[in-house]
Amino acid sequence: MTKFHAIDLIDISKDFGDSTVLENMNLYIRQNEFLTLLGPSGCGKTTTLRIIGGFEAPTSGKVIFEGEDITKQPPYLRQINTVFQKYALFPHLNVFENIAFGLRIKKTPKDDIALRVAEMLRLVNLSGYEKRDIESLSGGQQQRIAIARALVNEPKVLLLDEPLGALDLKLRKEMQMELKKIQKSVGITFVYVTHDQEEALTMSDTIVVMDKGRIQQIGTPTDIYNEPRNRFVAKFIGESNIIEGTMLEDYKVEFAGKIFSCVDRGFENNEPVDIVIRPEDLDIVPLEEGQITGRVISVTFKGVHYEMEVQNGSFTWTIHSTVMKGIDTEIGMRVIPENIHIMKRSVYDEN
Amino acid sequence: MMKIRNTAFPYFIWLGIFIVVPLFLVLYFAFTTGDSQTLSEFTFSLDNYKRFLTPIYLNVFYRSVWLAVVSTAICLVLGYPIAFIISKEKAKTRNVMVLMLVIPMWMNFLLRTYAWLTLLGKNGIINYIAGKLGFQELDLLYNDTAVLLGMVYNFLPFMVLPIFSVMSKMDRNLIEAAEDLGADRRRTFLKVIFPLSLPGVITGITMVFIPAVSTFVISSLLGGNKSTLIGNLIEQQFRYTGDWHFGSSMSIILMVFIFLAMALTSKFDKEKEGEGGGGLW
Repeated sequence: MTKFHAIDLIDISKDFGDSTVLENMNLYIRQNEFLTLLGPSGCGKTTTLRIIGGFEAPTSGKVIFEGEDITKQPPYLRQINTVFQKYALFPHLNVFENIAFGLRIKKTPKDDIALRVAEMLRLVNLSGYEKRDIESLSGGQQQRIAIARALVNEPKVLLLDEPLGALDLKLRKEMQMELKKIQKSVGITFVYVTHDQEEALTMSDTIVVMDKGRIQQIGTPTDIYNEPRNRFVAKFIGESNIIEGTMLEDYKVEFAGKIFSCVDRGFENNEPVDIVIRPEDLDIVPLEEGQITGRVISVTFKGVHYEMEVQNGSFTWTIHSTVMKGIDTEIGMRVIPENIHIMKRSVYDEN
Repeated sequence: MMKIRNTAFPYFIWLGIFIVVPLFLVLYFAFTTGDSQTLSEFTFSLDNYKRFLTPIYLNVFYRSVWLAVVSTAICLVLGYPIAFIISKEKAKTRNVMVLMLVIPMWMNFLLRTYAWLTLLGKNGIINYIAGKLGFQELDLLYNDTAVLLGMVYNFLPFMVLPIFSVMSKMDRNLIEAAEDLGADRRRTFLKVIFPLSLPGVITGITMVFIPAVSTFVISSLLGGNKSTLIGNLIEQQFRYTGDWHFGSSMSIILMVFIFLAMALTSKFDKEKEGEGGGGLW
């Protein structure tokens, strides 16, 4: 089993009329991993999911499921189930019948259905809800039923299309934990679509950052956060300072008019690069000790920390600190070499 | 609350003059006898109902209900696939198709029914073509089939439109969810699309059955003397016989019957389906 990937997407392109939604996408999804397709709306993440589910046929390319080409297979023959964005529970059926739907289609024996539905309801913490009407349930409960309805069919891959989008923040956090727990306990591949970077970082084993129909970066949450490959990824995942600079030689980079040592190498000497520094990686120090100095131009209280904007020449740095410095204070900032991330210039064209 | 009442005031007057008062008049006439023409000396009586419960009138009543049921059934069998096909089309084609369905309704109802006379008559187009092809002259007019044809023709849009309306509003995700859960096209239709379209079906049945069971124009034009329906009987009492009491009694009987029939369907509707439809009740 493990010699195959759960899913391979090979050279997938998708056009809708004149517009290209996906361009030569290549991606493999490992068995039993939690993979998230992350990107702004219109980036092609939902289309990718729909192509895996079989609801959309790719204009060109192949969908491989455990080594077998399923590009032309209709959704009802695929061992893949979906949790839809707005749950898509059947309003004419009660909770039990909604979950039992797939099993009834497969003509599963009645006793078996009852057992498995009960087991699923236990899994999603809704035991005793069998007879309830779908409309009498809250958003969070409908969400769980939608997950149970998909999982009861024991799919090899579960697709989730922004399933938490309609829930409020607190419930969303709870459900994130719960989904991750469910994924671990049933041990199947989850392919999750979201535009929420925090959600992606919290839940995923692998994140695929997408924009304009192309994959921008594939990696673990830490990779993506710490080593963004281009400006788009750096901007989309968390807040960051992106400044232009020059890679003088290995481990030596120049930006903001100063020379810094860093941990990156393998660039051409004097190659123009983009430098990413996360706001929390800039430490406030006395003016004379600062590698970079500047004047505080705005302060915003964010709860855990203060967000300050510091003007240095023509560049405005954003820093996060638990120490507040008042507006117009001249401050110094330091950054350790490990927190200076160097990216090749123009890997990604913003327009 | 008061504001709503104030603005609704003209409507209440209208309601009173044109609906409530006439209804009470009908009710009054229905339970009295006397000389309707001079409007004097009415006495309470149930004689009209006794009179109705004789085989002549009961047979007319049965036939009316039977023809209405059959025409409703034909409308459903024809209308459901039409609605289904239209709802699957792209928005543009869909609008054109709905328009084509509705355009005949812009023409006067009587005119449309008269048109069938020239089509079905002894010297009508169909017989002319049949004659040319060497067939014997067909007796197409003045029978129950002609009445059924008239009913189906006139009321079909009332079946198609509510079903179409429910189907076009149906959440596409639900259909995809069914496919996702392993249902092929046939089972997706049987287990999801059809049950969800039931409110439209119920509305359609209501909107076809009520005018069909009470029609007198279609039956008198296309059915001739042979095909008297309850609607014709009522019309006769008011226009020719002048027995308003008997006419009113029959109206009441028909109203009660329709009310019971609709209460039954709406009960069925509520049991099967909670929302999504535009039920009449």
